[in-house]
Amino acid sequence: MPVASGYKSGFQSPRFNPLRMSQSAASGTADVHSSPADAGITELQNAVIRFAGNSQDGIQTIGGLLAKLAGRSSREVMTYMTIPSTISGGPSIFQVHLGSGEVLSAGDESDFLFAFYQHSYDSHIGSLRPGGICIFDSDHVSELKGDIDAIHIGIPITSATVEALGGSSRERGKNLFVLGLVTHVFKLDKEKVVSLVSRQFGGKSEDILRNAMLAFDAGFAYPVGDLLKVDYELQQGKGSAVDKVTTDGNTAMVLGLLAGGVRYGAAYPITPWSTIMEQMRVELPKYGGLFVQAEDELAAVAMALGFAYSGHTAVTGSSGPGLSLKMEALSYATMAELPLVVINVQRGGPSTGLPTSVEQSDLMQAIYGSHGDCPRIVLAPKNVADCFYIAVEACETARKYSCPVFVLTDMALASRIEAFEQPDLSSCVCEPNLDLSARGEDFKPYPLDGATRHAAPGSVMTAGKYPVVTGLEHDEWGHPSANPGIHQKMTERRREKIKAFGATLPLPDVFGDEEGEILVVGWGSTWGPIREAVERLRAKGRTTGAIHLRHLNPMPNGMEAIFARYKHVIVVEMNDEGLYGHGQLATLLRSRFCDPKIRSICKTDGLNYRVRDIVSRVEETAARS
Amino acid sequence: MSTAAETPKPITKKDLTADHPTWCPGCGDFAVLASFFKVLEKLQIPHEKICTVAGIGCSSRFPYFVNGHGVHFIHGRALPFATGVSLSRPDLHVFAFGGDGDGYSIGGNHLDHAARKNVNLTYVVMDNFVYGLTKKQTSPTSPKGFKSKTDPTGAIDQPINPMKKLVYGGASFVARTHATQVKHMMEVFERAILHPGFSVVEVLSECVIFYPGAFDDGNPRKGGTFDLIEEKKWDNTPEDADRHDVSDENEAYRLASLQYPGKFGVFYETDRPTKNQLEQKWIDATREKTGGAGAAELLSSRFASMK
Repeated sequence: MPVASGYKSGFQSPRFNPLRMSQSAASGTADVHSSPADAGITELQNAVIRFAGNSQDGIQTIGGLLAKLAGRSSREVMTYMTIPSTISGGPSIFQVHLGSGEVLSAGDESDFLFAFYQHSYDSHIGSLRPGGICIFDSDHVSELKGDIDAIHIGIPITSATVEALGGSSRERGKNLFVLGLVTHVFKLDKEKVVSLVSRQFGGKSEDILRNAMLAFDAGFAYPVGDLLKVDYELQQGKGSAVDKVTTDGNTAMVLGLLAGGVRYGAAYPITPWSTIMEQMRVELPKYGGLFVQAEDELAAVAMALGFAYSGHTAVTGSSGPGLSLKMEALSYATMAELPLVVINVQRGGPSTGLPTSVEQSDLMQAIYGSHGDCPRIVLAPKNVADCFYIAVEACETARKYSCPVFVLTDMALASRIEAFEQPDLSSCVCEPNLDLSARGEDFKPYPLDGATRHAAPGSVMTAGKYPVVTGLEHDEWGHPSANPGIHQKMTERRREKIKAFGATLPLPDVFGDEEGEILVVGWGSTWGPIREAVERLRAKGRTTGAIHLRHLNPMPNGMEAIFARYKHVIVVEMNDEGLYGHGQLATLLRSRFCDPKIRSICKTDGLNYRVRDIVSRVEETAARS
Repeated sequence: MSTAAETPKPITKKDLTADHPTWCPGCGDFAVLASFFKVLEKLQIPHEKICTVAGIGCSSRFPYFVNGHGVHFIHGRALPFATGVSLSRPDLHVFAFGGDGDGYSIGGNHLDHAARKNVNLTYVVMDNFVYGLTKKQTSPTSPKGFKSKTDPTGAIDQPINPMKKLVYGGASFVARTHATQVKHMMEVFERAILHPGFSVVEVLSECVIFYPGAFDDGNPRKGGTFDLIEEKKWDNTPEDADRHDVSDENEAYRLASLQYPGKFGVFYETDRPTKNQLEQKWIDATREKTGGAGAAELLSSRFASMK
């Protein structure tokens, strides 16, 4: 088959070819890239579809529906979206990567672009792979770029939608029109799509559902085949036949918190954290719990600590600026040894920065952001499903070690939709119980030789002396003390318990080559793109492995043995290289292992890493030694 | 709040006493603590049901001196912490203690919001018009002209009016008393504790080191006048017409506007649903809809809806 020009042409593994087209028997020998002359069915293993419009066009809705559909069709899916930080309006995209094999990234380039406006076209036609297909709204897009290797198909999306809905309409059904079009073009299971649309809009008024269906049907019936000549069909997935769960990272995090036993929480709204608190506010009453919208970040963390002190598993969260405000109270949590789950949905900083863009620049803040010697646990999920698991782990760890546990997720994970297998709930659901048992003569909340054991208020102290939980340095009984020896010992105690947690951590699995030239180290949402990059590097003949750290502080012990097996250790991060030339995790790794071969690839453009960028920059870095 | 009376052995002031206070001799806060003990003795709240929360400051050492569960939290945030305790533990009697700097300055915003939300707890502010723990800086209630280390030529900023702030904020019980008037303190403490909702008592409590004599104008023994608010008895007598209707917000503002030392007693009291009640109502209604399902069941159905 003919292969389009561009980076994919030199790539060997068919599994990672985003648009491998194999002509079905009936379709003859047409070159679908340059001339869709003959009708036929083209089977796709993967397809990256980008919808570009404005934020109020509801393109997130169709993107979400497509992702859900993929999860129901044993296909893999990953989405990517940008949202403007303005209140209403502004360019927005939703990209869906559907595949029958493993889908690890949202796709470097799109195979199909749906452009709603001229500005959408102008900004995103460059994201289309050479020979890709651009379907544009001919009511809004008038100037096409002649020098682009793409198949252009103009459809009057706006007027066709208005016509379908009739009357004084409203462009509001455009997204459903496009969904109808997509369903037709990709031969998606119409029944499934319709049932998803009904579920999405069925809760609203009948008018809304009827209009949605009218627009959908009009799109579905649009004679696009006359223009496209070729129908596409996504291959059936090879995954399990079980329907997958399709959701975004923030929702997965909420479910993980609920499963982990969180019943109380407090927070203040901030993008992109807010959708977690909104969902917690609605979900927790079902579990007999409560989430409070506090007056500010300081109050939020204080309330959450009030819940924790009262004997509950509690959560607070925010994004970078809000975490800065919480830091004093979080230092108290370390000193008083109160369990608390603290979530940071990272965005671009410093200050208000890029509120709706992805960045991983709060790692140092999470670890070192408070005053005093304040060792603490920091975890980071690698993908949407892991947002669930890491939240469960954070709850268990906070309870077990009686300390704050940070979870660093990010804007990309927060809004990205992925399909994954439903977690085994029997192994991770915790029904919390409030321990108000009487405490005896030997009650010692902070024993130098053992675990923290608080007595929540309501517990009878049989010795008759009741505890005060304090931020002052204190002795084993919790009594304030400025004794230098006690401060030394208690500082050690707080440090050693975090180290004890570190000692329980397994070494991260190595993906790819177990030894050789290059080890790529990543954390957070770059997991998928890094894996894809490793496969491409290996396909190019370079021995490459990757580890992904979910436990950032403390790190698992013994990683030096992994590093020793490679010539280069290259850390991929979405933060700045700083004053000394290394990203935040790289700085920590260099500090911990004193190994000059640990180097960095950093960037702060507010966008996810494209696989090809990781590949080329890893190669450049390796060449620079 | 209700009282719990079925304790086998009456709880005495001695039982309630914990560490010896670290306050300077002569500090007004001693009398506040003693009055608090006497009220607890009267109400017989069991130790384990007492939860005292404080921020930072001299008066915020209070929890160490009360033999109940206590929290010595960070500066200015006692109220949100206490809110967390109150909302999640209806079985407890939650108290917050602090001073003017903690409550009206660094924690000023939290006071407005705890009041607005009508969180069920009792807050006692020991107001001494000065920062004592940090050794004499201007406080938000320091009068104009007060000479401190941060205003050596006299304070220039207008002090806040705590009673106005509290009434405006929405506190459902607002009273003012004087640390030299133990009997009056006990009366308002008891009413505050029994009040369902956010009850606040502002106590003028002298710092004998950094602002001696600050409240002599309200102390008859020092030649001042302790002028009490006469509350309406609703007895249809002509005198009653001039008495204070505690539910009248405008009257509360008028009383709060009086020239220092002003009046003492209950400025405002109203019965409005607490956040605790409103949240519980929502929880109950939600639990009824879900049929009281367990976490595993709720999560299973949630996951099913995402397929």
